[in-house]
Amino acid sequence: MTAHAWTLAFAFLILGPLLGALLAGLDRILTARMQSRRGPPLLQPIYDVLKLFEKDTLVVTSLQTLYLWGFLLFMAISGFILFLGGDLLLSLFALAVSGILLCLAAYATNSPYSNIGSSRELMLMMAYEPMLLIVPLGFFLVTGSFRVSDIIAGEPWQVLELGGILIGFLFILTIKLRKSPFDLSSSHHGHQELVKGLTTDFSGSDLALVEIGHWYENVILLGWLYLFFAPLGVAWALPISLILFFGEVLVDNTHARLKWAPTLRLSWWVTGLFGVTNLVLLSLFA
Amino acid sequence: MSFITKSPWILHYAATSCNGCDIELLACLTPHYDVERFGIVNTGNPKHADIFLVTGSVNEESRKVVENLYAQMPDPKAVVAIGACALSGGIFRDAYNVYGGIDKVIPVDVYVPGCAARPEAIIDGVVQALAILDERAKERKRQRKMVAA
Repeated sequence: MTAHAWTLAFAFLILGPLLGALLAGLDRILTARMQSRRGPPLLQPIYDVLKLFEKDTLVVTSLQTLYLWGFLLFMAISGFILFLGGDLLLSLFALAVSGILLCLAAYATNSPYSNIGSSRELMLMMAYEPMLLIVPLGFFLVTGSFRVSDIIAGEPWQVLELGGILIGFLFILTIKLRKSPFDLSSSHHGHQELVKGLTTDFSGSDLALVEIGHWYENVILLGWLYLFFAPLGVAWALPISLILFFGEVLVDNTHARLKWAPTLRLSWWVTGLFGVTNLVLLSLFA
Repeated sequence: MSFITKSPWILHYAATSCNGCDIELLACLTPHYDVERFGIVNTGNPKHADIFLVTGSVNEESRKVVENLYAQMPDPKAVVAIGACALSGGIFRDAYNVYGGIDKVIPVDVYVPGCAARPEAIIDGVVQALAILDERAKERKRQRKMVAA
């Protein structure tokens, strides 16, 4: 571990939420422009969270706050490992634990909306986890290591070898970012069939924790996307991954919400067709 | 200034209204008026909301819902009554089956007149509610400090 890696990891812990908030703000402006609206200011997500800390927190069960802190903690751990250049698999497992803790928090409250939301979230985890697991396996077959520092130091054409896995990852990125057509567990907009899904029973500082966790998640997912292009150097990798990241906004605005069964079927088809095929080809020829 | 004025989330409920005011209210969200530029978001969830927008003359059925939604909103919060019916009962005022006004049921902070209320008037009402919310947020902060001390 170099001093540079430690700096990057601690920078993630402190600046990660800020960067994630800017990504979320840009997302909202882009969405507004696509609907020919002006949209909120760039810092709107930060105003929202600061406001939530001013509000009272209605506690349904004291467990919910504990679970939400767990969600935030494991999200931070996942990103810390990623930006330290550590083991990609370990980062993935921390991300999965944090997702489970969010579901537990929603299950702990007794609103039927949040219960249905967390059931759907678990279903979505079944949909995206296989593909998310294939990503580190693909990197391992190409670079011979699960360590992020080794993947970054890989060959520039590794993204070509991992083309199918990249397509699969972009597909499940839509689920991870809770975008349409896969926003069935917790939508960004009110007035929908599930109210707010997972977050229905959280208010005040509890909801703020969920938002900060999502900011971390934005940066982590952008980091994963960056890994595919990392050997090209920052000048190429960062613009490409940002363009692909915000491509999700276009998908969000042009698709209606799917039900859970087609979501599961579709994502496993994509995982099999692109992810697994890519893995098999890599292990045969690499 | 507190941050609640920069990010007021709204809960909308039609308490036995004819939906005229509701259509005008939803028009505020469309590209022409686009209230999201002020950070206003229409949430469907009382636990996330800061401002309660109610239309209609309120009858016995909707009274329970209005009271319930109001109770579920965390402080600081404000209520805006929209349209003639929400203010006084409007043309239904003398009808035996309506309460005639939101303030017969829950405390109202801002009254937006009109049949139906214009989107500009509704936005103006929300802006006036922001000043009240700002006061309440400061008061709440003071109360929390007193409890902690």
